[in-house]
Amino acid sequence: MRRGEAGVNPLAALGRGLRGLRWYVRALAGETRWDDYLAHCAEHGHQPVSRREFEQCRADARASSPQSRCC
Amino acid sequence: MPSTFAPPPGGTTPDPGDAPTTGRRRPTPASIALWVGVALVGAVAWSVLAISRGEQISALWILFAALASYAIAYRFYARFIATRVLRVDDRRATPAERLENGLDYEVTDRRVLFGHHFAAIAGAGPLVGPVLAAQMGYLPGTIWIVVGVIFAGAVQDMTVMFFSIRRDGKSLGQMVREEIGPVGGAAALVAVFAIMIIILAVLALIVVNALAESPWGVFSIALTVPIALFLGVYLRYLRPGRVLEATAIGVVLLLLAIVGGGYVQQMGLAESLTLSKETLVVALVVYGFIASVLPVWLLLTPRDYLSTFMKIGVIVLLALALLIARPVLANDAVTTFALEGNGPVFAGSLFPFVFITIACGALSGFHALIASGTTPKMIQKESQVRLIGYGGMLMESFVAISALIAASVIDQGVYFAMNSPAGATGGTPESAAEFLAGIGISTPPETIAATAAAVQEDIVSRTGGAPTLALGIAQIFNSAFGGSLMAFWYHFAIMFEALFILTAVDAGTRVGRFMLQDTVGNVWKKFGDLSWKPGTYIASAVVVGAWGGFLYLGVTNPLGGVNQLFPLFGIANQLLAAIALTLVTTLLIKHGRAKYAWVPGIALAWDLTTTMTASWQKVFSDNPKLGFFAQRDAYADARANGELLGPAKDMDQMDQIITNSTINGFLQAFFAVLVLVVLANALVVIARALRAGGLPTTEVPAVESRIVAPSGLFATEEEKRAMAEHEQALSGASR
Repeated sequence: MRRGEAGVNPLAALGRGLRGLRWYVRALAGETRWDDYLAHCAEHGHQPVSRREFEQCRADARASSPQSRCC
Repeated sequence: MPSTFAPPPGGTTPDPGDAPTTGRRRPTPASIALWVGVALVGAVAWSVLAISRGEQISALWILFAALASYAIAYRFYARFIATRVLRVDDRRATPAERLENGLDYEVTDRRVLFGHHFAAIAGAGPLVGPVLAAQMGYLPGTIWIVVGVIFAGAVQDMTVMFFSIRRDGKSLGQMVREEIGPVGGAAALVAVFAIMIIILAVLALIVVNALAESPWGVFSIALTVPIALFLGVYLRYLRPGRVLEATAIGVVLLLLAIVGGGYVQQMGLAESLTLSKETLVVALVVYGFIASVLPVWLLLTPRDYLSTFMKIGVIVLLALALLIARPVLANDAVTTFALEGNGPVFAGSLFPFVFITIACGALSGFHALIASGTTPKMIQKESQVRLIGYGGMLMESFVAISALIAASVIDQGVYFAMNSPAGATGGTPESAAEFLAGIGISTPPETIAATAAAVQEDIVSRTGGAPTLALGIAQIFNSAFGGSLMAFWYHFAIMFEALFILTAVDAGTRVGRFMLQDTVGNVWKKFGDLSWKPGTYIASAVVVGAWGGFLYLGVTNPLGGVNQLFPLFGIANQLLAAIALTLVTTLLIKHGRAKYAWVPGIALAWDLTTTMTASWQKVFSDNPKLGFFAQRDAYADARANGELLGPAKDMDQMDQIITNSTINGFLQAFFAVLVLVVLANALVVIARALRAGGLPTTEVPAVESRIVAPSGLFATEEEKRAMAEHEQALSGASR
């Protein structure tokens, strides 16, 4: 994706905007962590654990360090 | 972000002697024109707000004044703080990079972390505070929300975050202990815990006030629990990790729960769901205890997803609706209550109480707990504290401004009928109209009754701010999006507020329990073991019991829980900010940067002035409406003479007021003393540091960063080039 396309093709710009939004919302929800983990495993030649195990591990970590929510 | 897991860039290491930031560039004519334009918009909007008296003006002026001010502050002041005061250094690896473990230390994209940080700091505070402060008119609130965030709130969040980053993400309490001293540290720890209890009690009080005698509200909010449980199971077993899909299902179910609430009458549930405040207190306490001991994945995490997405959705929707509806302000710029200090919502005059009441939208000490700890462990680059710390707080301030607008566009008679304690209004539209006439507002009882009918709730003395905000939001949404959905929007807004207040109560109870287990664990090891169930149960019960107790006192207080407890909550929050700002000021001086100590210093000085004045008045004022002990004496004297003093209806209520006022007065004094202890301890350290020209600190040594990432929301051309070069160097190295 090079700069300049946006000015020429509004559909491409819209598509890029939507992809960006989708990435953002997924990242905010933490779903991209799984993708990152798979990529990381592939890069280092590890055998990834199952999605369920991965998410449980993350959930357990969250349980041991709760974040307070402000007033 | 492929660069996140990158090996060293080999050879492209900048010289450690380099200036940490790129040199100052000459501003282009386009950027000069842009900022002159922004400044002009701001100046015009502020002038309109300042000059209009008596005529009807659009609420959008407030919005524009705020946005233009934020933009200028972010562009210039926040940048000055980053480069000159803190000297952020992107060549240093952040804790997220150095200690990455994929769990709490996790390098996170700046825009995503901005979302997380904002979701953690934004809660009911910035919504409720401005609503209550609207009793003084829209102008004092607007000015303090904007000026306060620029010079105090955002500065606190940004600087605390920075110093925590330089200390591996240490918490506020730890930093005070290590950098100021054990005495200050102990005082800070007690203050944090006590203030958290008060905050939880007041938050719960807001929910109780919104749900009491409201079967529709109770029905919808009660359903959030099974919905969250279902999502928890869904995410754990059915479709692990599919958060968005689960959240979407959750939001649909929530909307159904709100719509369904409108039919409680037909379902024959109205009577059994019409709960008194006392019943709701018991329900909340039981709920809080169970939520604190259940595994987080089952209830807390899914509820958090729901509340985060609802929160962001509603805030965006509200901003849009304001632009479409362009409502006119019904509130006065400055009411007589601001000057005379005799407002029915809460007592006290503009100075210092507007600063206490608004709290979170302008300066919130509680943010220092989030800015130290969680966020610093995830940040990619030091320079991003400007976006996440300063920018995140600007966003919170914007939420506060929206809330202030929502409270200022509704009929002011209705506003005071809703927010004055039941002892004053008598609880019916007729008696409320009489009360309003007494304070110089002529609103016919029909107006109040019609508003109540539109939202299908009793609205007289629905204190706490949440119902008023819900009414304001409903009115704005209704006029922006058409239709006659007042009742739906009202309950939608109540749901939105209750949802994240309950999340805050769950999370806060759990954090409080961990703090208690950790602290007691120092003397009784077994208790500190988080897997030891009896310890968990005892600590949870203590925390829930503490806030539940306060909640009960507030709910049953004949003088009105919000009227009595909200100032205590506001002062407590601002005192916590004083501790955070004291820490930051001390640290700057210890680092030998006394020259810039004025940046947190002015915020600290103002915060101490307002909170200490307010504390003094709440403790020592002779006015029984203002001073807790004067109030206690007035009721005790009357009690001794066998007389009843309104709004108490019998001697039991007299006793209750006497007890409550005494407890509140002592607590108020206790908080102020704790802060003064921290301050005194800090002054000793500051004096030593000034004499020595700086002192050693616990800052961790610099480790060179291997990440290249932008600082701001959008990457500049220069940053894009640097990232591309870095990427190239990496692929070259790995080939």
